[in-house]
Amino acid sequence: MAGPWGVEILAVVLVVAIAARGWLGRSVTSPRAQEWVTVFVAIVVQAMPFVVLGTLLSAAIATLVPERFFARALPKRPALAVPLAGAAGLALPGCECASVPVAGALMRRGVTPAAALAFLLSAPAINPVVLAATAVAFPGRPQMVVGRLVASLATSVAMGWLWLRLGRDDWLRAPRRTAVTGNRAVAYLGAVRQDAAEAAGFLVIGAAAAATLNVLVPPRWLHLLAAHPVISVVALAGLAVLLSICSEADAFVAASLAQFSLTARLAFLVVGPMVDLKLFAMQAGTFGRGFATRFAPATFVVGVALAVAVGSLLW
Amino acid sequence: MVRRGAAQSVVLLLVGGTLLKIALAGTYVRYVKVGLRGYLVAAGAVLVAVALASLVHTLWTAGSRRAGHDHDVDDGHGHSHRGFDPSWLLVAPALALLLIAPPALGSYAAARGGTALAAGADSDYPPLPDGDPVRISVLDYADRAVFGKGHTLGRRAVTLSGFVMAGDHGHRYLARMVITCCAADARPVKVGLAGDLPPDAAPDAWLEVTGTYTAQTDTDPVNGQPIPYLAVTSARSIPAPAQPYES
Repeated sequence: MAGPWGVEILAVVLVVAIAARGWLGRSVTSPRAQEWVTVFVAIVVQAMPFVVLGTLLSAAIATLVPERFFARALPKRPALAVPLAGAAGLALPGCECASVPVAGALMRRGVTPAAALAFLLSAPAINPVVLAATAVAFPGRPQMVVGRLVASLATSVAMGWLWLRLGRDDWLRAPRRTAVTGNRAVAYLGAVRQDAAEAAGFLVIGAAAAATLNVLVPPRWLHLLAAHPVISVVALAGLAVLLSICSEADAFVAASLAQFSLTARLAFLVVGPMVDLKLFAMQAGTFGRGFATRFAPATFVVGVALAVAVGSLLW
Repeated sequence: MVRRGAAQSVVLLLVGGTLLKIALAGTYVRYVKVGLRGYLVAAGAVLVAVALASLVHTLWTAGSRRAGHDHDVDDGHGHSHRGFDPSWLLVAPALALLLIAPPALGSYAAARGGTALAAGADSDYPPLPDGDPVRISVLDYADRAVFGKGHTLGRRAVTLSGFVMAGDHGHRYLARMVITCCAADARPVKVGLAGDLPPDAAPDAWLEVTGTYTAQTDTDPVNGQPIPYLAVTSARSIPAPAQPYES
């Protein structure tokens, strides 16, 4: 798209936008349009520090960590590497925006895709920051934290194993990068620039979609859905996909959905960090559309099923 | 490829500069929680530094190439990408922030959302702080009134600040949005106002109201949760506060 004239087109866009500044401000007057713009920029602003952190890490994995490191660190048998990578998600204190570029870099570094995918799913759901937020949001209900940890870890490991059995490498577009040659600092800089620009770019698509649904779906509808035990679970899991709330904040939103059963809210917390609109856009950008259209629906089904299973044991 | 790198660098420079601007000017509190400021400054600074270093490197290698050192500029990042470069989309939020500067969520969003009282696990509230009237948050008042049944409020005069939200049947509420991370997770907290209000108390106008607890409640039509009331003794218009959200 950028072609050879990227910088020049960009300059024209900026000049036109600045010239049209007054018109832009006046055109966003309806409260609904204003709410859309506010929510849209809020999602982008909120996610940017995590995107930057994620790309600093992913670029380091891609250019600074020795080539064979991960192959040595993980068990040779992929079936064992999957649960280990899933549990390693406990260690990355970020949200889902950081884990997509990191998982992409792990794959490029020779980590078996199934293990990288287990990490991709578990890291945003079970890291200490998210679990602590969940404990704060549900005071007096430690089962919610346990349920979230168990169901999320189980879902990510199950998806890793499922990928081992059914996944095909040609569904994945993991950019095969050539070995790093020349100056490592220059390579690192280039990797940060490109990963940050692309991950954040896909984030913008997801933020626009999430803001649209945020503004269009009347919260009143949810009240009607909450009454039915089965529909309420599917509805909240679907809402998690549509709202695309950061995994560090979703527990507080779940807590405010008081009319829903605890199992339905657990499904919201399990599905949200693994499948949502902005994540789908970022996954499609990093791993290819053919991957995302298969992986996201499968994750949704597995996540809902395991959340219901764990929920029925707890409550 | 050098050209695509340069365009990405310019976009990142714009985004990083925008993050720095809203963080340092303080307008970021309309979109995310107050505590994120340091992270926004750090992220903005990293992006600006990466973009500038990339631009310098691009110009320098282009220059040395022209001077005859015709070596391949490989930044170690296999250029397998083709077609659509999503980094362009970042221009949209950056320009929205710089040129439109959207306001904090107000009465429109508050009316759409159900009042966010979900705590209630324990109803042990500490006594109110000193002060007559005592200044507390809308969320604190609503929690004490609904879950604490007003016991810790007693007959004390309290002062709340928030914006006006119009409800059904001419009811007027004092509302405040509560956020955890960003405006996408904002939930309203509503307190009904019983008593006389300034005539200019239109929706979205900010008010400082002083009053006492009353047992009157109302049901939020959105989520069926109770909305407590405050018996207003005095109310005055105030400018919108620097921090629009409670958390």
